[in-house]
Amino acid sequence: MSKVLVVTSGKGGVGKTTSTAALGAALAQGGENVVVVDFDVGLRNLDLVMGAERRVVFDLINVVQGDARLAQALIRDKRIDNLSLLPASQTRDKDALTPEGVSRVIAELREKFDWVLCDSPAGIEKGALLAMYHADEAIVVTNPEVSSVRDSDRIIGLLDSKTAKAEKGERIDKHLLITRYDPGRAARNEMLKTEDVLEILSIPLLGIIPESEEVLRASNLGSPVTLNNPVSAPSRAYFDAAKRLRGEKLEIVVPLEHRSFIGKLFGRRVA
Amino acid sequence: MNLLALFRRRSSAPVARERLQVLLAHERGAAGHSELLATLQEEILAVIARHIKVDRDKVHIKLDRSEDIATLEIDVEMPDLIPLMSARG
Repeated sequence: MSKVLVVTSGKGGVGKTTSTAALGAALAQGGENVVVVDFDVGLRNLDLVMGAERRVVFDLINVVQGDARLAQALIRDKRIDNLSLLPASQTRDKDALTPEGVSRVIAELREKFDWVLCDSPAGIEKGALLAMYHADEAIVVTNPEVSSVRDSDRIIGLLDSKTAKAEKGERIDKHLLITRYDPGRAARNEMLKTEDVLEILSIPLLGIIPESEEVLRASNLGSPVTLNNPVSAPSRAYFDAAKRLRGEKLEIVVPLEHRSFIGKLFGRRVA
Repeated sequence: MNLLALFRRRSSAPVARERLQVLLAHERGAAGHSELLATLQEEILAVIARHIKVDRDKVHIKLDRSEDIATLEIDVEMPDLIPLMSARG
């Protein structure tokens, strides 16, 4: 049975697109049949992070409006053939998305793939609401920082009221993905603690992704970090998160600071 | 705790946590609160208009919330008082 997930956050720049690409690739690397869908109409970026920006011919809007068939718009990844991308339009705006059209496309994607990962635009307006509407589950991407946590709280409220599941009186499963976690600042007590974020938002934790140059390097190269450097710290965290999405019970590891010898002498243990 | 930490200023994470908890407690409770203000504005205006002729732009309603107390402020700028006086007389 296929699963539709929305990757959302409210706030921009927290790592939705990076996480959609990394989790989508990680699931595909585990043998699942995956499509990542860019809902950020007008400001698409998932194509760039996936390294498919020069292969876009048709997009989500073309399919929604019936100008192209779904199969024409899907871009199959060159590295793993069970990973596909449905890009957003760069020239149109969000008003081109209609609820009926989106509903039809999602239904069609459910037939073709095991996992449909929808990369939501930032904000709480039409685009974000359409991206979450058909989701079975949601991944709430949050940085351990006040404005991000506040916006995530708002998004959780919308997930519980404005999705198809919520309208039917069903519960939508929500997973918290903490990104850009900085072990150094955590050790100095200068960053919201994971426990604090969890207590405030009270949804289960899917994973903690450490802040890393590897993420930036991967996006420079147009490759999900889990493909570009599978053994790096963020990749390992994404692989674990993907396994948890598939139902595996894995202990969550809080990333520790990589410390120098002097740092170890004077440092303080985090956990 | 190490020696250096003793000389450091108070860490900022606990402050962030406290501010968020207070803020979100209010925001969650006040879901649909903007609608409440609009409704209040209309109904209060209607009550006043029954007795006094007021300009609708001269009625301001404000809700202010701090940690322990919430205040509802209603500010009505009256026109000249003649209609009011004559109504009484």
